[in-house]
Amino acid sequence: MIQIQNLVKTYSSRQGNVIAIDDVSLCIPKDAIYGIIGLSGAGKSTLVRCLNLLEKPTSGQIIIAGQDLTKLSGKALRQARQKIGMIFQHFYLLQSRTVTENIAFPLEIAGLSKQEISMRVDELLHLVGLEDKAHAYPSQLSGGQKQRVGIARALATKPQVLLCDEATSALDPQTTLSILNLLRDINQKLGLTIIIITHEMKVVKEICTDVAVLHEAQIVENGPVESVFIHPQSEIARQFISSVFSHELPTDLLKEIATHQNSEVVRIQFLGSRASDPIITDLLRTCNVRANILYGNIDHIRSTLFGTLTLELQGNSEQLRQAHDYLASRELNVEVIQRAL
Amino acid sequence: MPFEPSLLFQASFWSDIAQLITPAVGETLYMVVVSTILAYLLGLPLGIILVVTSPGHISPNPWVERILGTLINILRSAPFIILLVAFIPFTRSLVGTSIGTTAAIVPLVISAAPFVARVVESSLKEVPYGVIEAALSMGASPLQIIQKVLLPEAKASLILGVTITTISIIGYTAMAGAVGGGGLGDLAIQYGYNRFRTDIMILTVIVLIVIVQGLQSLGTTLARKLSH
Repeated sequence: MIQIQNLVKTYSSRQGNVIAIDDVSLCIPKDAIYGIIGLSGAGKSTLVRCLNLLEKPTSGQIIIAGQDLTKLSGKALRQARQKIGMIFQHFYLLQSRTVTENIAFPLEIAGLSKQEISMRVDELLHLVGLEDKAHAYPSQLSGGQKQRVGIARALATKPQVLLCDEATSALDPQTTLSILNLLRDINQKLGLTIIIITHEMKVVKEICTDVAVLHEAQIVENGPVESVFIHPQSEIARQFISSVFSHELPTDLLKEIATHQNSEVVRIQFLGSRASDPIITDLLRTCNVRANILYGNIDHIRSTLFGTLTLELQGNSEQLRQAHDYLASRELNVEVIQRAL
Repeated sequence: MPFEPSLLFQASFWSDIAQLITPAVGETLYMVVVSTILAYLLGLPLGIILVVTSPGHISPNPWVERILGTLINILRSAPFIILLVAFIPFTRSLVGTSIGTTAAIVPLVISAAPFVARVVESSLKEVPYGVIEAALSMGASPLQIIQKVLLPEAKASLILGVTITTISIIGYTAMAGAVGGGGLGDLAIQYGYNRFRTDIMILTVIVLIVIVQGLQSLGTTLARKLSH
């Protein structure tokens, strides 16, 4: 659906060239909610702004629905942009227009008739649940309501793609969730591909189907959200994950356990239906080890259950090996944190 | 005839004064209104061009911006009284005469238009660039952005700019007397200063204060109503 090929963006400054995007290639499947996460300064805003050519790439291609946007200019580019919606961290609504008039704006740009505009605006007001604010001005709205207007406005011309540039970063956690839910609904109802730029892993965890981690202008890893969460390849991804799932044990506790004989501390992670299996009982019965639960948590990644269990297993080396074999046979992700034999 | 307080109670005194002041008010308003309109016809597009051609804006063009900016600065550095004289040949070729109220409008416009361009520029620069980018992301053309984003979003600030410009032009019209333009400023100099008629001087100043105050409150009220 969206292909980014060898995208490079450099800025020239007095100190020399600054590379904002360094040879990024990504393939974003249709209907995906694709998260691009990175620290500030990683280049993620530049990347998303290259997608609709608000920023002109230095080299590389942006192919959306078979069309290479980097080859377009003038009117053809403007028409292509009408098929790419965008929402912003600071909303950027027109202060001099009411909610209705703001949503009508892209339709006026596209040259629709008054009647068509008014019908479409009504649909959109309903979609984002702002019927009662139709005639309010942006200054009279809360942050969440403003972003709803932003979303309605971005969807007005029925785009195939929605770009979200830190769309929830200015909102409180509660409002963030409601906006994310709205984006998920839209993704399902309208079959819209959504690209979300964020520095918050919880946004990725809530709604993204896929994620790419951008670090120092490059994609360091990408893939379906569940696999990135369970098998992060890069240090930066691990840091992001620990910001939403912190499973670290107190160091004092680990030190104390280290004095035990024949024990190891393992972290077991499981996804989906595995979360409801009686793993521990089976483990203790089949392998004859003793287990001490140090930490347990169950959460979700999108709508998939995601559990973490940290155990101290005690037994001789043969028993521990059996325990590992058993866990492997249940397709659980096991990581040994500490071993004291 | 020197001024004496007892004159204030004579009807003939007031009718004399009215005869002097009424046409002067008319001339001032005529010069101010026409000059402001013409100055905006010239200055508004120039202000828009200054903004949209500036670096990083919707149609950056360093040459246009630099040349226009310099031209505006040159015109703005010349004192009005100099412009008034320097443009006499131009005025004559344009309106057929270099003397009188209408003739005074030409230098007024030449002097006010660059001022308007700068006032408009600063108003339009208040529109956050993010809003313009949002419009670009929707596929708006530069012309649509000017019409539908820049000007409407800066409306309140532009109105305040009109107020500032109009009041400045009132000040300049006082010098229009130099080319026989008439108006309140001329009256104050001719009667109040040259003929020691302090009463007329004071009255003219009062009338000017009333006009300026009225314009300012009108502008402020309008701007407040237009900003949401």
